[in-house]
Amino acid sequence: MSKPLLITEDLNSYYGDFQALYNVNVKVMKDEVVAIIGANGAGKTTLLKSIAGLIENRPDQITFKDEIIGSTRPDKIAKNGIALVPEGRQLFPSLSVEENLLIGGQLNRPGPWSLHRVFDIFPILKERRNQASTELSGGQQQMVAIGRALMANPDLLLLDEISLGLAPVIIKSIYETLPDIIGNGISAVIVEQDISRALAVSHRAYCFQEGRVSLEGKSGEMSRIDISRAYFGV
Amino acid sequence: MDWVNAIVQGVLLGGLYALFAAGLSLIFGVMRLVNIAHGDIIILGAYLGLTTTSILGIHPLMSLVVVVPLMALLGYCLQRGILNSTLGDDLLPPLLVTFGLSVILQNSLLELYSADPQKLNAGIIETASIKVGSLAIGVLPILMFFTAISIVAGLQFIFYRTALGRAFRAVSDNQDVAQLMGLNKRHIFGLAMALSLAVTAVAGIFLGIRTSFDPSVGGGRLIFGFEAVIIGGLGNLWGTLIGGIILGVAQNIGAQINPGWQLLSGHIAFLIILVIKPKGLFPRISG
Repeated sequence: MSKPLLITEDLNSYYGDFQALYNVNVKVMKDEVVAIIGANGAGKTTLLKSIAGLIENRPDQITFKDEIIGSTRPDKIAKNGIALVPEGRQLFPSLSVEENLLIGGQLNRPGPWSLHRVFDIFPILKERRNQASTELSGGQQQMVAIGRALMANPDLLLLDEISLGLAPVIIKSIYETLPDIIGNGISAVIVEQDISRALAVSHRAYCFQEGRVSLEGKSGEMSRIDISRAYFGV
Repeated sequence: MDWVNAIVQGVLLGGLYALFAAGLSLIFGVMRLVNIAHGDIIILGAYLGLTTTSILGIHPLMSLVVVVPLMALLGYCLQRGILNSTLGDDLLPPLLVTFGLSVILQNSLLELYSADPQKLNAGIIETASIKVGSLAIGVLPILMFFTAISIVAGLQFIFYRTALGRAFRAVSDNQDVAQLMGLNKRHIFGLAMALSLAVTAVAGIFLGIRTSFDPSVGGGRLIFGFEAVIIGGLGNLWGTLIGGIILGVAQNIGAQINPGWQLLSGHIAFLIILVIKPKGLFPRISG
């Protein structure tokens, strides 16, 4: 059994005085895809923000590649190999499509991803490379957001609700590109509302409820009844 | 012909105002920081020019080689040491801190250089002029004007054609997400302030060549800078240049009518534009 890439140990995260996560223990192995499911406000996004450094925690609560990163600055965590595709895409409106991608790659971490390769998997972005990112459709913007994170050549990719607000056909096409993205040395944590989709692409899954892990296990072995119990707490 | 002369001189004067304003515009664009001490920093630039020219015995324009990097370094240290910690959701702390900085700068300059008016002596180019028809256009105003255009073009190039500019715009758009890209916003802000003070150094030296200065005149330059930025529209550097020109022309037209009206007519032009277009003529940043 190899060592986990990422471990959270009794992670307690706060927004000011409000506690959003309670003793959360999550781990991600190398080359593994982990799904995080749960209702709105269960703490899924908080977990990703904590890992990426946007929320400061006690240092030893998060370990990545054997380094303690719980209170490390987000730019240093990015340098260390974690990239986040934030909820709602959050592209830079004053940057063109290509510039959004280039800024994702500005750390020059070595790896397989380049502008060229991102354009290969999302050809439409090549056509629109010089447009403002705000002129794109929601699905195309999501492609930019994913491409921007890939440009950093991360070891761990965090995907926060990449299907949010998109048409089902677009969601399907984006999920179809995921196998091209994950698994080439990139591990991933996928936060998703769509349970069946999340379970289909992941090896293991955690269900969150009110800031706690209410269920964890292999994605293929979770029963619907267990999930709905863990999801709603009934 | 007097009127044509007033307008031409006003346009050229606008170049200097644009130089006052470019540094303000730049840091507001990158980090939404309103630098109340900007006027005093211009004057600091003029005094550094004075010290450099008198110690090294060089021409004021040559002193730029020393003063520009010095001011850039000062800007970086100022941002990393003090201003970064004032930035946040609240706009008030940076205003208060830069106001305090303004008071400190003014009084330090007073202590070091006394209240006596000083001037940078640039020799022949101060009085040289070119005849265009029946107009005599000063070499110095022309030099200032084209310096302003070059600096605005240069800043524009940095903003839209370089990796540094990309980082400036990304941090300006969304600080959190920019950090996720591995950008250290404190460092980027430091570089923006360094660039701002480098431009301000040029403004200060030209101010010192054009007129006499003493430690108390920074506030007035700050107002001109502000007005140029607001007229042109926040976050738009070419707009800032045009704002400076409008201000310069309005002042000179006022002075042509009655010498006492020079400053007043500039302010009135500013107010009129603010009433007609509250966001300035060419706004790029909303809110």
